[in-house]
Amino acid sequence: MDIDLTAWQILIVKLLIILTVVPVGALIGGYVLHKEMAHMQHRLGPMYAGGWHGWAQTLADGIKFAYKEDIIPASADRRVFSMAPAVIFVPVLLLFLVIPIDRTLIIEDLDVGLFYLLAIGSVGAIGVLMAGWSSANKYALIGALRSAGQLIAYELPIVLSAAAVAMLAGSLSLVTIVEAQDWPFILWPPGIGLALFMLFILGAMAEMSLPPFDMPVAESELITGPFTEYTGMRFIFGFFFAETAHMIAFAGIGTTLFLGGYKPIVPWGPLEVIPGIIWFFVKTAFMIFLLLWIRFSFPRLREDQLQKFAWKFLIPLSLALILATGAWILYGPGG
Amino acid sequence: MAIKDPELQHLQDSSAFADEVSEGRLVTEQMLLNVGPQHPATHGVFRLLATIDGERIVRAEPVVGYMHRGYEKLVEQRDYRQITNLISRMDWLSGINNELPLALALEKLMEIEVPPRAQYLRVALAEMNRILNHLMFFQSFAAELGAITPTFYAFREREDIQYAMESVTGGRMHFGFFRPGGLKEDVPKGFIAMALASIRKVIERLPDYEDLLTGNEIFKQRTINIGLLEKEVAYAYGVSGPIGRGSDIDMDVRRDEPYLVYDEFDFDVCTAPHGDCFDRFWVLLHEIIESAKIVEQALEALPPGPILGKVPRVVEAPKGEVYIRTENPLGELGFYLVSDGGKRPYRIKIRTPSFSNVSALPHVLRDTLVADMIAILGSFFFVLGDVDR
Repeated sequence: MDIDLTAWQILIVKLLIILTVVPVGALIGGYVLHKEMAHMQHRLGPMYAGGWHGWAQTLADGIKFAYKEDIIPASADRRVFSMAPAVIFVPVLLLFLVIPIDRTLIIEDLDVGLFYLLAIGSVGAIGVLMAGWSSANKYALIGALRSAGQLIAYELPIVLSAAAVAMLAGSLSLVTIVEAQDWPFILWPPGIGLALFMLFILGAMAEMSLPPFDMPVAESELITGPFTEYTGMRFIFGFFFAETAHMIAFAGIGTTLFLGGYKPIVPWGPLEVIPGIIWFFVKTAFMIFLLLWIRFSFPRLREDQLQKFAWKFLIPLSLALILATGAWILYGPGG
Repeated sequence: MAIKDPELQHLQDSSAFADEVSEGRLVTEQMLLNVGPQHPATHGVFRLLATIDGERIVRAEPVVGYMHRGYEKLVEQRDYRQITNLISRMDWLSGINNELPLALALEKLMEIEVPPRAQYLRVALAEMNRILNHLMFFQSFAAELGAITPTFYAFREREDIQYAMESVTGGRMHFGFFRPGGLKEDVPKGFIAMALASIRKVIERLPDYEDLLTGNEIFKQRTINIGLLEKEVAYAYGVSGPIGRGSDIDMDVRRDEPYLVYDEFDFDVCTAPHGDCFDRFWVLLHEIIESAKIVEQALEALPPGPILGKVPRVVEAPKGEVYIRTENPLGELGFYLVSDGGKRPYRIKIRTPSFSNVSALPHVLRDTLVADMIAILGSFFFVLGDVDR
C-alpha cells in the first residue's frame, strides 16, 4: 500500500503517536510502580479498580485528578505558576522523539540524537524552578533550589558516560549507536561498559529525583517540594505524569545506549526472529524494574552528601572512564 | 502574622531590604520557616518555628499545646474506673502503659493486694505494648528518612501482636483493661501460644531490619553524629526513656525501682554512648529484644489463680497522696495522685515523658540542616497526645 503524505501530515501523525504513547506508557508505568512497591512491601497494591488486579487504578486516579479544583494560591505568580507544569512535561514528551524502538521505528533519527536527548532532558529543571519560585511557598522554594543544585551536579556524570558511549560508537545518532553495539553489550569493553552503565543509572536517578536522591520532593521534609501548592491536572502533569514518563524515557535511553536497544540479547537464530520492538520493550521494562527496585530499597540522602558524592566521586570517576575508553579505542583489540 | 522576635524584625521591614539590594550589595537574609502544626514529619499537631539560613537552622522553637485536651482537669470530674479509659488516650500508642500507673497509685492508696497472675499478665501486656510502640517509631523514623519499605515490614509484625492483644482486651489502641486491683478479665484460651509466636516472629525478623536499614550506608550517614544530645543536657531537661538511654543515661524505672514483678525477670537496659540519632534508634531497636525476653519469661512462668484482688464495690481512695513512676515506652511516666477520700481524685498531676523529651529539641536542633531536622524529629520519639495531654 502506498500512501503519499505531505510533510505536515507526517508531522501530525508523529505528534499523535507521541501524545498517545507517552500518556498510556505513563499510566502503565504508574501501575507497575504501585504494584512493584506493594509487592516489595508485603502488600497487594491496587486490587479493585477495573476488576483484574486493579489494572485501571492509574486511570481512575487520573480521572479523579481531572475533576479536582485547580487552585492557584493568592500570592502566587499566576502566569509562571500555571506555565510551570507544561515546561516540565513537554521536554519529557520530546525525549521520546529520538529513541529508536526498532531499526526503522523511530520518530526522528537525528544525527545529533544523543546531544539532543541530553539537552532536552535538563530543560525540565527550569520548570521546577519556576514552580518553586512562583508558588510563594518556602517549602517549594527550598525544593526547587535543591532540584537545581542536583541537576548541575548530576548532569555531568550522565553527559560524560554518554560521551564515552558516543566515542565507542563513533556517532551521536542513536540508531548508529545501537548498531555499533554487539554481543555482549554492556560487558564490552570489559569493566568500562558496566561502570558507565552504573554511572548513567545513578545520574539518571538523581536527575529525575527518584529516591534515594529525591531531596527536592522529599515528602517527609518538604511535603512535595516545588509541587506543594499544585492541585488537580497541574499536579498530575507536572509531578506524577512527568516523573513516570521521565522514568520510562530514561529507561529507554539506558536501553539504547547500553543494553543494545532493539537487538536480541544473544545473537542466536531463534531469538533473532523476535521483532526488535519486543526486545526493546523487554529491556526497557527491565530497566524500569531496576530503577524502582533501587527506589524502594534505600533511605534518602542529604543534599550536601549528594553533592559531595557527585563532585568528589562520580565526576572524577567519569573523567577517568572517558580516559579509559579513549585508551581502549586506541590500544584495545580494535585499535 | 506579625513577627514578635526582635532579631527578625528587619524581615518585616522590606523597604530596608530593597535599599540594600539597589545599592548593589548582595545580601542574604534569614528566613522564618514554620514547620507544622500540619506537617508530615511532626506526627500530629506539633509546631516548630525554625529560623533558617539557607538550609541551616539557626534557631528552632517548638510550640506545643495544639492538642491540649485538659486531661488533668477532666479526671477530677470522673470516678476512678472511668479515668482508666481517659488516661489510655494520653499516649495513644501505648494505652496499657498509661493505665498502669493509675492502677498502681490506687492500689497503693487503697492498700489492695494484686494477685500474682494479674501482675504477670500486666507485665506481659505492658511489654507487648512497648514492642508495638517501638515498632511504630521504627517505621515512622524509617519513613521520615525516605525509606518506605521498612514501614510496612514493621506493620506486618505489629499486626500479629495487635491481634493477640485484641483477643485479650478487645481493643487495638485504647485497651481499658487494667482495673484497680487487677485486670478486667482473664486471658482467653490459646492466648499464650499466640502471643509467644508473635513475639518470636518479631525477634526472628529483626535481622531483616538490620540488613534493610541499620546496616545501610545511607542510613548511617544520615544518623551518625546527627542531632547530638549530650548527657548533661539530657539530664538538665529531664530526658528519659530510649532518648535518654541513647545519651548514655543508664536509667530505667523497671530496673531501678521495680514495680509489679519486674525484679523477677532477667533483662538488660540498653544504653548507647554518643547521643546521636543512630544511638537513639539503636536503643529503640534493642529494647524490642529486651521486651520480648520479658514477655517470654512472664508468659512461661504465668501462675494460676484469680486476676482481681479484693476490691470494694465502690472504689474510694482514702485521704492521702501518692506518687508513682513507671517506665512508659517513651520514658518515665509519673502520676501524682491526691485524694480527699471521695470517689473522684482531688488532683492528678501527670508527668509525661514526651513533654520533657521535646523540651530538649531547641538545643539539639541548633546549627543543623533542614534535612537533619526531620531525622532529629523522627529520632525524638514523641506522641503529641503525650506532650499536650
